[in-house]
Amino acid sequence: MDGKALKQTAYQRRLEVLEMVHRTGSGHIGGDMSCMDALVTLYYEVMDTEKMRAGAPDADRFILSKGHCAEALYTVLADRGFFPKEQLETYAQFGTKLAEHPTHGLPGVDLATGALGHGFPAACGMALGLLRDRNPAHVYTLMGDGEQAEGSVWEAVMFAAKYGLDNLTAIVDRNHLQISGTTEEVMPLGDLGARYAAFGWNVIGCSGHDYEAMRRAFLTRVPGKPTAVILDTVKGKGSPLMENKAEWHHLIPDNAQYEAIRADLLRAAEEG
Amino acid sequence: MAKVSCRKAICSRILELAREDPRIYAVCTDSRGSVTIGDMARELPDQFVEAGIAEQNAVAVAAGLALTGKKVFACGPACFLAARAYEQVKVDVAYNATDVKIIGVSAGVSYGPLGCTHTSLHDFASMRSLPNIEVIAPADAVQARAVADYLVSHKGPSYVRMGRGDVEAVYREDETFEMGKAKTVREGTDVTLIACGEMVWYAAQAASLLAREGVSARVLDLFFLKPADTEAILRAARETGAIVTVEEHSVNGGLGELVSRTVCEGCPVPVRVLGFPDEEYLVGKSADLFRHYGLTAEHIAAAAREVLARKAAMRS
Repeated sequence: MDGKALKQTAYQRRLEVLEMVHRTGSGHIGGDMSCMDALVTLYYEVMDTEKMRAGAPDADRFILSKGHCAEALYTVLADRGFFPKEQLETYAQFGTKLAEHPTHGLPGVDLATGALGHGFPAACGMALGLLRDRNPAHVYTLMGDGEQAEGSVWEAVMFAAKYGLDNLTAIVDRNHLQISGTTEEVMPLGDLGARYAAFGWNVIGCSGHDYEAMRRAFLTRVPGKPTAVILDTVKGKGSPLMENKAEWHHLIPDNAQYEAIRADLLRAAEEG
Repeated sequence: MAKVSCRKAICSRILELAREDPRIYAVCTDSRGSVTIGDMARELPDQFVEAGIAEQNAVAVAAGLALTGKKVFACGPACFLAARAYEQVKVDVAYNATDVKIIGVSAGVSYGPLGCTHTSLHDFASMRSLPNIEVIAPADAVQARAVADYLVSHKGPSYVRMGRGDVEAVYREDETFEMGKAKTVREGTDVTLIACGEMVWYAAQAASLLAREGVSARVLDLFFLKPADTEAILRAARETGAIVTVEEHSVNGGLGELVSRTVCEGCPVPVRVLGFPDEEYLVGKSADLFRHYGLTAEHIAAAAREVLARKAAMRS
């Protein structure tokens, strides 16, 4: 897909997220919007979703470590045929498989996540298992930047470097905001890429809204080293109403806000 | 039979099975000596993962390995795996139903004088309250080996807890066990002593003491705390009418509460729960602590006399 088509796709998914969040009063819309372009790049340009759907042993794996952005993942999974689109309507409803955090058992979700600092270490285990089996599959995981404060993240950073997990790409949605304010106020991350590099990782920084830059970054492999891709992103990306505002971590738009955000997203989707 | 620790018994069997099955993995937390799985690290390095002193990562890595088709034994001191890594056990293992077996060694008070950081007298309670995961406490080396075989054949999460020291043999070498069912160590008709882990041997000793007084005590080894053999518990209640439970665990949330609930709901009879009280524990070796907190054969026999008196009072 070219950049225009990818952007249209990503904004259509953002519109679906907006509908789900507004309809149910549930979700984490700010982070959904900041990581959507990365998810679209992975699921439309990088990973072989046909293989993933078929459960092929050598299919790539993806774990959403920042599990609170489940609704963003759901829209992408549904559009890529992992489950019917109508199932999105069950989001956050009684008995659903589409919880506010991914639940295992939903096609496309290997591991239930939501407690932060879990998905990334589990992705390391997956990568090690595949590496030792000489399986060519690649493991991707997506974390938040607030999530970097979890100690288990740094246990996994050491582990992945020790075992030379060059089949692992850890993506960080660096939108600089978390629920209580900026990451630098809550728990400073400073030069996050330098921290990963100091632990022996290959590190790439790029815009999390530049599809081609992400595609190249996600396909980068360095023998013997895991790769971290630090994505410079905008929380609430797509509508000035939400962009770069911490409160949109999990605010639910009222009807007027919904209309305004929808108009912004529609415009962007049409522009491509 | 020579005394052997459960950890050595289970780990030597895991190694034997791992030689035949490359899917069997062990993940350790700088604990290969404590777990006694160093031989596997040397002999089968491609099936061994050293996560360092990082229990949370070790359990999450084990879950990730399991998602690539491995049968993973996540091994380390029970005090750390069942506390520091509890959220990983809850989410990555139990809720996700990954094929991970948590092998918690040196459990209960078996670290002895190492103090409160190294006790695990809460783990039955914490693990029993999670979905999907089995909770198993072998009584001796023979049973521990049998449990290892079972774990390899069974797909899904398990938590196995055992002590540190060499333990007295409860079972003959050729003893067989039905997994998920209580093991009857001794038949009896007047009272039932229900125990798990190392306490089974003490319960059997207590039954011998009681026999000298003409009291026929049944001894049940409830080595599966989950799923628990409620039928055997209710049969004991119906047939003997009085029960004593014994566990190397807090009286909160363990074997005693499990048996009490089952009996209350299904066949109310006098029950006495022996375990560690709800307080900070003294420091000391296991045997001294058992004596202090009332977990010796003599204490168990005394508790049996107490429930027998209550049973008699109820029937008079």
